[in-house]
Amino acid sequence: MAARDEVLALRTEVAQREEELSSLKQRLAAALLEKQESESERLVLVSPLPPKAALSRDEILRYSRQLVLPELGVHGQLRLATASVLVVGCGGLGCPLAQYLAAAGVGRIGLVDYDVVEMSNLPRQVLHDEALAGQAKAFSAAAALRRLNSAVECVPYAQALTPATALDLVRRYDVVADCSDNVPTRYLVNDACVLAGRPLVSASALRFEGQITVYHYDGGPCYRCVFPQPPPAETVTNCADGGVLGVVTGVLGCLQALEVLKIAAGLGPSYSGSLLLFDALRGHFRCIRLRKRRPNCAACGERPTVTDLQDYEAFCGSSATDKCRSLQLLSPKERVSVTEYKQLLDSGTSHLLLDVRPQVEVDICRLPHALHIPLKRLERGDAESLKLLREAVRERKQGVQEGAAVPVYVICKLGNDSQKAVKILQSLTAAQELDSLTVQDVVGGLMAWAAKIDDTFPQY
Amino acid sequence: MAAPLSVEVEFGGGAELLFNGVKKHQVTLPGQEEPWDIRNLLVWIKKNLLKERPELFIQGDSVRPGILVLINDADWELLDQGELDYQLQDQDSVLFISTLHGG
Repeated sequence: MAARDEVLALRTEVAQREEELSSLKQRLAAALLEKQESESERLVLVSPLPPKAALSRDEILRYSRQLVLPELGVHGQLRLATASVLVVGCGGLGCPLAQYLAAAGVGRIGLVDYDVVEMSNLPRQVLHDEALAGQAKAFSAAAALRRLNSAVECVPYAQALTPATALDLVRRYDVVADCSDNVPTRYLVNDACVLAGRPLVSASALRFEGQITVYHYDGGPCYRCVFPQPPPAETVTNCADGGVLGVVTGVLGCLQALEVLKIAAGLGPSYSGSLLLFDALRGHFRCIRLRKRRPNCAACGERPTVTDLQDYEAFCGSSATDKCRSLQLLSPKERVSVTEYKQLLDSGTSHLLLDVRPQVEVDICRLPHALHIPLKRLERGDAESLKLLREAVRERKQGVQEGAAVPVYVICKLGNDSQKAVKILQSLTAAQELDSLTVQDVVGGLMAWAAKIDDTFPQY
Repeated sequence: MAAPLSVEVEFGGGAELLFNGVKKHQVTLPGQEEPWDIRNLLVWIKKNLLKERPELFIQGDSVRPGILVLINDADWELLDQGELDYQLQDQDSVLFISTLHGG
C-alpha cells in the first residue's frame, strides 16, 4: 500500500512541476519576444552581405554533406552564405521553406508576416509551437531559426506587406519566396519583384493539392503573364474553409526551398516557365509547360502599365488576408444574434433549427436539436432533403398558433452559408415548394455560439 | 463531317468540386459538322459534365480568370491556333486547373 501511495504522491508532484515548468517557459518565450519586438518596431535596414572568401573549419564540418556535392561545392556554399532571401508569409509554406534555408546556411532570411500564432496553425506551421500562441509569427519563426543556425541572420518584419513597403523591402533581398495565402498579396509580390528585378519562387497549397513555379527569372513569365486577371473573389477558397493537410504545405515549402537554394547557389531553378502540380491523394507529380513571357504583360511587358505598386485589394476585390469573408446577403430583420437565439431556445418557443454545414463539419461538433441538411443539397433542390424539411416543419406546427408560420432558424459555421440557405428557403416558399415559413439566420453561426454562449462548444 | 473523338478531360486544384469531385473523365465527343475546338468543348462540358454553379467555371465563352487550360500538358497559349480555337485531336488530354492561393 505504501508503495502505491508513494507512486501517487510522486505522480502528483511531477504533474505540478511540469505545470510550473510550462508556465515558466511560456513567460520566457513571451519576454524574449517582447524584447525583440521593442528592438525591431521600425522596418529594419539591412546592408548588403559582404562577399565571403573562404569557409571556416566549423562551417566545413557543419555543411560537409552538401559541400561534397560537386554541383554545389565550396563555391556554391559561399554563394549561399552571402545570399539573402525574403520569405513572404511565415505559415504552412514559409515555415518549412525558411527552416531548410537556415539549415543550408543561407546568409540572411527576411521573414514577413502580420499575423499571430494560433493553435489551428500548428499542424502545418512547424516553426511555431504551443508556448508562442498569440505571438507574432515573424518573431516566432525568427526565434526558431536562430536556435537552428545562429550564423544565419534572421530579420523579422511583423507587419503586412503593403504597396507602400513592398518595393523597398524586396530590393534589399536577392530572391523572394511567395508563401502568402491570398490573391492581392500574390499580385503585390509579383509586381514588386518585376519592378525590383528579383526572381520569385511561388507556391500554394489547398486540401490535398499544391502548385509551385518560378516567376520572372531569366526572361521567363511573371505571375501577371499567366494570370492577367484576378479570379472572382467568390471562387477563392482559403485553408480555413477548404482545409489543408500540413504535410502537403510541407512538401511544397520544401520544393520551394530547393528552387530558392538552386537560384542562390547559381545552379538555376527547374520550374521557370513550368508549373509543378502535386496531387497528394493520388501521389502524382505532374509538370506542365506554361506560356512564355507576354510582350503585352501589364507588369513585365514591353510597355508596362504597372510602373509603381497599386491598390491590390481593389484590383482583386478581396482583402490581403486569408481570413473568412463576411457576406451580407440578408437584411438585419432576416437575422438573429446568438444571444437572441439562446433566449428563444430557453423560452421553449416551438421552432426549427436548420444546420446547413457539410457532413464533415457536423461530425466535428453540432447542436443536438438541429436538423441537418447541407447547403449543397438545398442548392440542388434535393427531393429527399425537402421532404425531411417539410416533415420537420409539420411536426412543429402543433407548437405554434393556428395559421402562424413555424419559425425556422438557419445556422452554419460563420454565418455566410446560412444566409445563402435563407435565400433558397425563401425562394422555395415563394414557389410553393414549401409551406409558408419565417426564415432567419443566426449571425456569426456556431463559432459565435462558441464564443458568446457556450464556451464548451468546440471552435474549428 | 468530323468523326467522334475520344478525349481525356481532367479537372484539378478544386475545379473538380464542380464536377461531383471527379477529376478524370474519359469522354467521347460525338461526330459533328464542325471540327471540335475548345470553344465548343466548353459548351459540351457545361451541358454534359458540369454539376453546379457554372459561373465558377465559365465566363462568357471561355473559362473564368484563375483557371489554366492545359492541352497535352502545355498551356493552351503555347499552341499554334491555340486557346479557344485549338482543334481537338483524338486522344488529346485537356486539363483545367484552378489556381490555388492558400499557404
